[in-house]
Amino acid sequence: MTERKIKIATTSLAGCFGCHMSFLDIDEQLVQLNERIEFNRSPLTDIKHCGPSDIGLIEGGVCNADNVRVLREFRANCKILIAVGACAITGGVPAMRNYFDLRECLEEVYLHGAGVTNPQIPGDVELPLLLDKVYPIQEVVPVDYFLPGCPPPADAFLAILLPLLNGAVPPQMADCRFYYD
Amino acid sequence: MTETTGTIFIDGKAVGFMQGQTIMDAALSAQVYIPHLCHYPGLTPSGNCRLCVVEADGRRAAACTTAAKAGQQISNNTAELNAARKVITQMLFVEGNHICPSCEKSGNCKLQAMGYHLGMLEEHYPQFNPRRVLDASHPDILLDRGRCILCGLCVRASHEVDKKNVFAIAGRGADAYLIVNTVSGKLGDSNLDVTDLAANICPVGAIMFKERGYVTPIGERIYDRQHISDVAMHEHVTEQKGDKKR
Amino acid sequence: MLSQHSELKTGNNADADFIADHLLHRLYRLQQQHRHIPPQLMVEVAREFGLPVSQVVAVVNFYSFLYQQPVGRYHLLFSNCTSCGYQAGEVNLLALLCRQLNIASGQTRADGVVSVDETSCIGMCDHGPSMLVNGVPIVNLDEGRIKQLCNLIAAEQSLDDWPADWFRINNHIRKPDLLLNAPLECGDSLKKALAGDALLMLESIMQSGLRGRGGAGFATGKKWLFCREAESDTRYVVCNADEGEPGTFKDRVLLQCHADALFEGMTLCAYGIGAKKGFLYLRGEYRYLLGHLQAVLRRRYDSGLLGASILGQAGFSFDIEIVIGAGAYICGEESALIESLEGKPGIPRIRPPFPVTHGYLGRPTVVNNVETFIAATHIVQYGSAGFSAVGTEKSSGSKLLSVSGDCRTPGIYEYPYGVSIQQVLDDCGATQVQAVQIGGPAGSLLAKKDFNRQISFEDVSTGGSFLIFGENRDLLSINRNFARFFAHESCGFCTPCRVGTRLLENSIGKIADGRATWRDVDEIKQLSGFVRHYSHCGLGHTAANHILDSLRHFPGDIQNLLVQQAFTPAFDLDAALETARQMTQRDDADAHLE
Ligand SMILES: Cc1cc2nc3c(=O)[nH]c(=O)nc-3n(C[C@H](O)[C@H](O)[C@H](O)COP(=O)(O)O)c2cc1C
Ligand code: SF4
Ligand code: SF4
Ligand code: SF4
Repeated sequence: MTERKIKIATTSLAGCFGCHMSFLDIDEQLVQLNERIEFNRSPLTDIKHCGPSDIGLIEGGVCNADNVRVLREFRANCKILIAVGACAITGGVPAMRNYFDLRECLEEVYLHGAGVTNPQIPGDVELPLLLDKVYPIQEVVPVDYFLPGCPPPADAFLAILLPLLNGAVPPQMADCRFYYD
Repeated sequence: MTETTGTIFIDGKAVGFMQGQTIMDAALSAQVYIPHLCHYPGLTPSGNCRLCVVEADGRRAAACTTAAKAGQQISNNTAELNAARKVITQMLFVEGNHICPSCEKSGNCKLQAMGYHLGMLEEHYPQFNPRRVLDASHPDILLDRGRCILCGLCVRASHEVDKKNVFAIAGRGADAYLIVNTVSGKLGDSNLDVTDLAANICPVGAIMFKERGYVTPIGERIYDRQHISDVAMHEHVTEQKGDKKR
Repeated sequence: MLSQHSELKTGNNADADFIADHLLHRLYRLQQQHRHIPPQLMVEVAREFGLPVSQVVAVVNFYSFLYQQPVGRYHLLFSNCTSCGYQAGEVNLLALLCRQLNIASGQTRADGVVSVDETSCIGMCDHGPSMLVNGVPIVNLDEGRIKQLCNLIAAEQSLDDWPADWFRINNHIRKPDLLLNAPLECGDSLKKALAGDALLMLESIMQSGLRGRGGAGFATGKKWLFCREAESDTRYVVCNADEGEPGTFKDRVLLQCHADALFEGMTLCAYGIGAKKGFLYLRGEYRYLLGHLQAVLRRRYDSGLLGASILGQAGFSFDIEIVIGAGAYICGEESALIESLEGKPGIPRIRPPFPVTHGYLGRPTVVNNVETFIAATHIVQYGSAGFSAVGTEKSSGSKLLSVSGDCRTPGIYEYPYGVSIQQVLDDCGATQVQAVQIGGPAGSLLAKKDFNRQISFEDVSTGGSFLIFGENRDLLSINRNFARFFAHESCGFCTPCRVGTRLLENSIGKIADGRATWRDVDEIKQLSGFVRHYSHCGLGHTAANHILDSLRHFPGDIQNLLVQQAFTPAFDLDAALETARQMTQRDDADAHLE
């Protein structure tokens, strides 16, 4: 009789995939882990929508309408949602645009900036519409755990995932060594 | 060591103090850590960050500005006070522009280290995203007001130790900001020198030296190696700048 | 010329009598002249006063009535108080004003003619919606007057030609008692005091049981004695006429009607503690009283009640100067007031040491409220026994209440301490009252069940503000107003108040906008308790009182506005897309979020 595998979904919103890379950095333990988990929607699979999952890992902050929809889908389908990395938790590096008006940013990039050839602000309905700022994910949906770091070290993923896999409450990250960078 | 004139009790521990000492002074001499950011031993205490608020005989008071009194019972390292300290730290983060992964101060920053000390995993409150003017006019020193926590240490250091009076805080409420005491308001027109205490005392990445970014590799920076509560035991203006302090 | 006009209206016609040579005054004159204070003038002023440039810049940045960008030739500051503000009536008069003038609040119109902004309570709460026009109050505004005013501005009419009754400010003394009824002849109590020993006089102040009327209620006699006993060769007397608590205007009326008794009280204090110099710190909003106050001072000097050898007593000299603030509620806090007197931003000091030992210029200083000094004059004149016979055990004498809001006859009501709230409501013709806010936004919000409680230091204590909210008032909008007030007036020195008042303002806004859940309310509660307990001064300690009171007494009002969900986003998602929608000219389904 086989144990039910724990379903994990992951995504990168306004992030750089660095957190995902760090996650993969758990190396050989990934093999072990793989016996216990299966991935739902994730850059590691090709599943387009998040189905019912036990754990959702969110990398990156919320910068556009599409991010909001994906994040909401994760929240609706994941029993536990974990904010992974500085960008998910604070907006991070993409949030550096928050010190300017969105209007200024778009005008600079698409209208007045150096080397702009065909000045026009793209308005294709296929493109996700930008929010006025880049927001931390916990401002948009409730978040259960936070994994700080840029990226969080591989060990940190294990520290939070292993207990969850065993049905235990993970230690408060606050009690572990953690970094914001 | 000089004789003590009385004893206070910090979380039950007997701590001697000398006449004129604050609770903070007494605690530091006894190697007891009371979290603080706007205080630096040897400079006049200010009491603005409020991290060092303790319960002294049942009343909340800033340890750095409250005189030690014989017999005083002080609660310091309690869950309630540390929870409040975490809130203060979160407030300092959200009111400024702190993106640690892209900050040269990272690893050597006290605000960050305070976050680690208090188990702050997230900033909790919505960010203010203030627009504060960056000043790169000085040849050696950068002033990034976005990261300033208004602790006033540079103000006091410049005034009391360097005797230059380079900085001041202007504005009101959440619009308060650091200004430079020059006709142009620019740091480049001031006589701030890289050896000045004011140029070295900033707890965060608001006053930084140019062209020295990321010189210390990750893992070897101050708070990679040490806890803020240990670093705090070795700070004193007179010890570092003995010649300048009167 | 407008600026000349306002000089006239304030009675400040080249008559610098009794006006301290003060940084704020110099900056005010420059502000009048240039409509802002350009950087090169700050540098000049710094040189003139021998101050660091940074201090002048810090001061200009701190006070609301000093500007770094030019304001209009007509500078309109609408009060945002719940009683004398633009929303005191049904219509939002500020919005109307801005529409009429084709301008946004907080801006100066491109032609430089007019600028509009809001300001904290200007103390005209018994006069309906009011504003400062170039610093001069105009009152009883309504839609008609706003339209008329806009026409006057369009025609660039001089303020002199504006209807005189707009400027008419009444005293509205509705119910006089102990202080307001007693005739006080100029100099009488001073004569009495000088006939005896100074200590004897202090003794009688102490016996009277007089406690400070400005809010904190410290025993006045004891304060004077401490100051007298503090080691120093120089001492100061300071009258706190900053009256910034929204809803308070009794000091304005006292300054208008009983300035003599006030200056006499200050002189008595000087005699008691051995001071030679006193200051009246007048809030900038009351600058229009200056001419009157100067005239009273002039008369008192002429009658030998001030100056050298007062009443012929060799060796007893006392001078009073006036210092006028520039829009900062925090300067009512005594140590911030002293900082302001010293030409600095009004940042509260670390206390102890208290002003009685380390005050103005580090010297022992008595700071008292206007009403306190007047009560002292009364006590010296009529004796302490009569005074302490009135009131309650721990609250001797009477209290002036500034009554305003939803009642028939707003104005000044004086009662012996111990009067019930219901009594006040009955006397001012307030029916169908939902709640009263006593002591201003920093005080207590009380519901019907508490109307039998008493005004006294033992029970409900107040500096004088008594705001009445009728049944159809939206209490949350009151909370929102107060939260905004504290965020605007926080001096910014300490973290909990600087950041916390802003967070509270935003959170109340989230409730009012119908976007909040219980989770937000719990957050607000925690944050309120935190700001109260960890702030540096009284402003922070009291800034969240109104929220906690509302949650306690009127939980239903808030509950009704909450979204019945476990969580709502921190911000309005769809609104956050608006800029991008505009710029891409999209309005498809994907361009919106719920
Ligand atoms: C934020 C704040 C504002 C204050 N505003 C005033 C004021 O406008 N007028 C006043 O008399 N006292 C005010 N006070 C109280 C003063 O600090 C001080 O207690 C008072 O002036 C002492 O005078 P009294 O003993 O006669 O009341 C204020 C206190 C705080 C904390
Ligand atoms: S100053 Fe400190 S807290 Fe702020 S971004 Fe830099 S490292 Fe982070
Ligand atoms: S620049 Fe640095 S030292 Fe100066 S007030 Fe800001 S945070 Fe403090
Ligand atoms: S509590 Fe508010 S007003 Fe008082 S010192 Fe702190 S910031 Fe300033």
